[in-house]
Amino acid sequence: MQVLLSGLATGSIYALVAIGFTLVWQAAQTVNFAQGEFVMLPAFFVLAGVSFFGLPLWAALLLGLVASIVVLGILFKKLIVEPILPHGGITLIIATMALGILLKESVKEFYSAEAQPFASLVQSAHVDVLGAVLSLQDLVNLAISLTIVVLLTLFLNRTRTGRCMQATAQNPAVAEILGVNVKRMILYTFIINAALAALASFLITPIYLAKFSNGETLGLIAFIAAIVGGFNQIRGALVGGLLIGVLDNLTAAYVTAEYRAALPLVLLIAIILLRPQGIMGTSEGRTV
Amino acid sequence: MTLNRSLLTKIAIAVLLLAAIVAPIGQGNYITYVLTSWLVFSIAAMGLNLTLGYAGQISLAQASFMAIGAYTTALLTLAGWHWVLAMPLGLILCFGVGLLLGYPALRVKGHLLAFVTLAFNTLVFLVLRNEEWLTGGTFGLVGMPRPDFFIFKTMKQLHFYYFTLGITVFASLAMWGIVRSPWGRAFKALRENPVRAESLGVDTRRITLLAFAIGSAYGGLAGALITPLVQFIEPGSFGLAHSLRILLMVVVGGSGFFFGPFLGAGVVILLPEVLRFTEGYYLIIYSALVIVMLVFVPSGLIGLGGRLREKLWPRQQVRGDLVEGAAQK
Repeated sequence: MQVLLSGLATGSIYALVAIGFTLVWQAAQTVNFAQGEFVMLPAFFVLAGVSFFGLPLWAALLLGLVASIVVLGILFKKLIVEPILPHGGITLIIATMALGILLKESVKEFYSAEAQPFASLVQSAHVDVLGAVLSLQDLVNLAISLTIVVLLTLFLNRTRTGRCMQATAQNPAVAEILGVNVKRMILYTFIINAALAALASFLITPIYLAKFSNGETLGLIAFIAAIVGGFNQIRGALVGGLLIGVLDNLTAAYVTAEYRAALPLVLLIAIILLRPQGIMGTSEGRTV
Repeated sequence: MTLNRSLLTKIAIAVLLLAAIVAPIGQGNYITYVLTSWLVFSIAAMGLNLTLGYAGQISLAQASFMAIGAYTTALLTLAGWHWVLAMPLGLILCFGVGLLLGYPALRVKGHLLAFVTLAFNTLVFLVLRNEEWLTGGTFGLVGMPRPDFFIFKTMKQLHFYYFTLGITVFASLAMWGIVRSPWGRAFKALRENPVRAESLGVDTRRITLLAFAIGSAYGGLAGALITPLVQFIEPGSFGLAHSLRILLMVVVGGSGFFFGPFLGAGVVILLPEVLRFTEGYYLIIYSALVIVMLVFVPSGLIGLGGRLREKLWPRQQVRGDLVEGAAQK
């Protein structure tokens, strides 16, 4: 039970990252291989805010969020995705890989190569839930990420902007004819992705410490979650994230710690081969 | 005129080859070592260029094939085999595993394929790290002997360089043959439009698998050369980051161009030496350059060269005629 719940808590953060990933894929056919670094970076924005400008934590978090939205949302879209997308998907994939290296090395050189402690929003306390001892941090993480997912789903399904975004994702040409500002909707998607990454960063960094190489595993796991769950569904990314979190913890606890990292990969290969559209996904149809 | 151009290409190749022969003479051991690793990575990149550049199938697992080649060669030479016998076995193993890895490519394309190969690379890394009884775990393997051929001993750095150069030339000729063969055309057809290729009678299934298998075998060859070059191998040298590095070599050099991998590997291996004064900022500069390049010249450095030539001599046809006329006189 304990393993299960803490797995869910980690999984919910994976899900946040995976959802952003899925959104960007739907809206702009962009596979972002730097997604892990997108989660690593906001924590360093916050640290910079605290140590260089002497801001209190809440203000630094706000600064981190805004900075992430500007850099990882708007600049990423304008400077990298827009000019490269016409050259084809593989070129863009390679460009985002290079971006990942760029972000990682920049943090390493300009901030620090050492892991930095990162202030948590909640006190480190332990709570008993149904006989399992959980850290308060885990519970808060779970609650916050689930709330965000619910809010995001409501936004996408119930508001006008959200529906326009969905229309853009499904069929940009028709959406444009119907009067949707497609370009702006795509920009919104990138902004939401950046915000989700920043939030995931603020939630997960207190657990793992802030380190320049954090993004490597995190990004990989988020992709796997997105693919396993279903690349074209938000709820798929949610299911995938939770599933990976739980499975990861279960293997580490009961089977083998050495091959802990292998299980999600095997799962990934199996899913891609057997059900490329993912557990919850719907088939995209074959494009010629 | 075409004859003239092919003559020019031949002269250029001869000059480059001569440069490659002369380059390490009088240089220290370190420079020779760097040049040798340039050749080795050129071979690995050449293989990936076939898979990615010609056949259009992305693979993020080239480093893991280098690992398979390197570990096979290392274990066999440590057991007393000669390199010449151990290397082909590593190659065959890579060919087989590459064939298997090609199967996912039959089902998925683009980003999903990138993920499958990426997962494969990480799995190979984990196996190498955890199966200590076979691979020495994180400590790796040490003390692999360099091959001797009767009087030609490769223990000296310079001798080993020429040995590697010979193999590189041989591998390049083989690749040239593959690219010019009907297979090569089928690879390109697959990249340009798989459905049309299929309808024109190309067995896309077989060609996809072949693209992976041959590309992987080249990775294995590079691995088989790394073993005697470094004489120390560990799982960390074959991680995902290295697959990315090889991929960037192909892209930077110009994917789908025959000489792209050499140029790309040269940039990736030699640039750190040139940019040594920048210290830790090298990777930052490099990755930023890659992004800028992809924005402006997605076809790589060779593509850049082609573009510059068109700018400088926009009326190439006329110029070609002039040259021919001059030659007749």
